Amino acid sequence: MNQMLLNALLLALRAIRRNLMRSFLTVLGIVIGVGAVITMVTLGNGATRMVSDQISSLGSNLLILRPGQQLGPGRESAGAANFRLADIEALQAQIPSLRAVAPVVGSRVTLVVGSQNWSSQVSGTSNAYFTAGNWKIAAGRNFDEDEETAGKAVCVIGDTVRKQLFGSGSPLGGELRVKNFTCVVVGLLAAKGQGAMGQDQDDVVLMPIRTVQRRLTGNQDVSTVMLSMRDGANTDQVMVQVRRLMRERRKLAENEEDNFNVMDTKQIAETLSGTIRTMTGLLGAVAAVSLLVGGIGIMNIMLVSVTERTREIGIRLAIGALEHEVLLQFLIEAVVLSALGGLIGIALAFVTCLGLTALMNMPFLFNPGINLLAFVFSAVIGIVFGYMPARRAASLDPIVALRYE
Amino acid sequence: MSRNDGGTRLISLRQVTKTYGEGTASFQALNGVDLDIGQGEFVAIMGPSGSGKSTALNILGCLDAPSSGHYLFRDIEVDALTRNQRALLRRHYLGFVFQGFNLLSRTSAQENVELPLLYRGEDAAHRHDASRRALAQVGLTGWEHHTPAELSGGQQQRVAIARAIVTQPLVLLADEPTGNLDSKRGHEIMELLVSLNRDQGITVIMVTHEPDMAAYASRVVRFADGNVDSDSMKVAA
Ligand SMILES: Nc1ncnc2c1ncn2[C@@H]1O[C@H](COP(=O)(O)OP(=O)(O)OP(=O)(O)O)[C@@H](O)[C@H]1O
Ligand SMILES: [Mg+2]
Repeated sequence: MNQMLLNALLLALRAIRRNLMRSFLTVLGIVIGVGAVITMVTLGNGATRMVSDQISSLGSNLLILRPGQQLGPGRESAGAANFRLADIEALQAQIPSLRAVAPVVGSRVTLVVGSQNWSSQVSGTSNAYFTAGNWKIAAGRNFDEDEETAGKAVCVIGDTVRKQLFGSGSPLGGELRVKNFTCVVVGLLAAKGQGAMGQDQDDVVLMPIRTVQRRLTGNQDVSTVMLSMRDGANTDQVMVQVRRLMRERRKLAENEEDNFNVMDTKQIAETLSGTIRTMTGLLGAVAAVSLLVGGIGIMNIMLVSVTERTREIGIRLAIGALEHEVLLQFLIEAVVLSALGGLIGIALAFVTCLGLTALMNMPFLFNPGINLLAFVFSAVIGIVFGYMPARRAASLDPIVALRYE
Repeated sequence: MSRNDGGTRLISLRQVTKTYGEGTASFQALNGVDLDIGQGEFVAIMGPSGSGKSTALNILGCLDAPSSGHYLFRDIEVDALTRNQRALLRRHYLGFVFQGFNLLSRTSAQENVELPLLYRGEDAAHRHDASRRALAQVGLTGWEHHTPAELSGGQQQRVAIARAIVTQPLVLLADEPTGNLDSKRGHEIMELLVSLNRDQGITVIMVTHEPDMAAYASRVVRFADGNVDSDSMKVAA
């Protein structure tokens, strides 16, 4: 019995060797199918995870208030008035469900330290920004009251800015040249890494808003307001309250449309990750088609060689092979080829995913389920198309199999 | 009209017919053949093309089943055997040389010759020695690693003969084994068959068109129109 298995194995390996091209194409078909499915699904999983990570790094229950109608292409905030610091105070004072309200006004500027320069986003804001944006101070401190009200030239920098301008040394107490003034670094933000859109969240410089207004923008405007809700607050309710208050403060008549908009970042992120999930499903489906096409390719190869193989089976039967011995050989052959293809496909997908996720700064989530599924599917295809024609041929009379055309 | 060369009865065909196809398109290749062959005989089957020689040999080789009639091999009713039992009969007692060689393509001469031994469960060392010996017997030393595509028709035929004799079967069935050989090679192969027959007692049943080759046999059976037409024993073997 054992001897028979060994013989069948030997015969199967010989058959694989003497039909190298056919074996290679079979394996290739499976490799491509399995590799594609696993790669697509793994990358999709990574993208989804990246977005959900982003949701949590955004900070909980964050609303963003911007001038202009609903954000979107062609619907810029042009024309709509910006906010004032008084709006911020009103929001903070009148809506108890808000934990922190941070004004933001930004400008892209070139920063210089010694001979190093670096272009970055400077945001004028208040200490509420750290709460609203879920930022931790890694070293140093946030702004003190005096700095905020007087608009002093101090800043808190992100980790990327530190790396670019201060290298390995401590940035605290360092001086940063921003256009026509110099500001002192008082704090360093803890690194957050890449955002959902691939942007570098650590490439920021924060200053008291009055500093930015006076020295960079030259007006009293606040372009964005970040509103952090208290835990357990009802988002819809808070949004209604914010809307009502802002309409009132902007003196909008009953029949006028909002000239500002409030977005729920969590909702945006969830919509985004939902979209990515759909994309993953779609890509997975495309990949599944490629697995199927691979399978059909294998079927073709097998069918083309069915004449030769039927005659081969006739020869084996004629010189005394038993039906089940021939079948065992063919089964082993099919299993070896499809398992080989499946394993190479898995390895290839692993390497590809490792490379692509690193390239795209995505987490690499190994998904055992899809690996197993693709492997099993490929094995089934290989066995069905490799073994089934053999089954038919082995049931023929030897002389009939030998004459097969 | 059946004869027996003194040996024990090995093979009996009784009223064997073979019909190919069905209905109006059917063709009766054998019609009621009676034939007895004894252990140790060297039989040549002759006859015009299409007279049913190969059909009869295939039935004798348990490769094909008769449409009616009986085939007794060592008093075993072959028609009553299962597929596997017939395969075992082929494996242990029969060696067959096909008219069209039927070698495995892209497979070396030696691996082709080893194949029957593999199915017999012989170990690798014995397979190696026996297949080399068989190839040497048909004059193919040095050609062991050539595939059929790299061999001439005559060389392929000799590989096919080597594959049939490597197991030292009880009966060697050969369908025109010298059909592709020049007469010198043909005679060498005949000498080989004669010595296998004489020295090892292998029963040889051979289809041939050439009277030269038939002359090596101790008995000549002539086929015509799907039946035995004449059956003559040579006086001096
Ligand atoms: N598979 C088949 N299907 C239909 N007819 C067949 C088949 N095999 C053989 N025949 C017919 O049976 C007859 C006998 O064929 P067979 O091969 O036995 O002849 P043969 O005596 O061996 O001839 P040759 O000397 O040419 O080899 C032929 O007329 C042939 O056409
Ligand atoms: Mg013939």
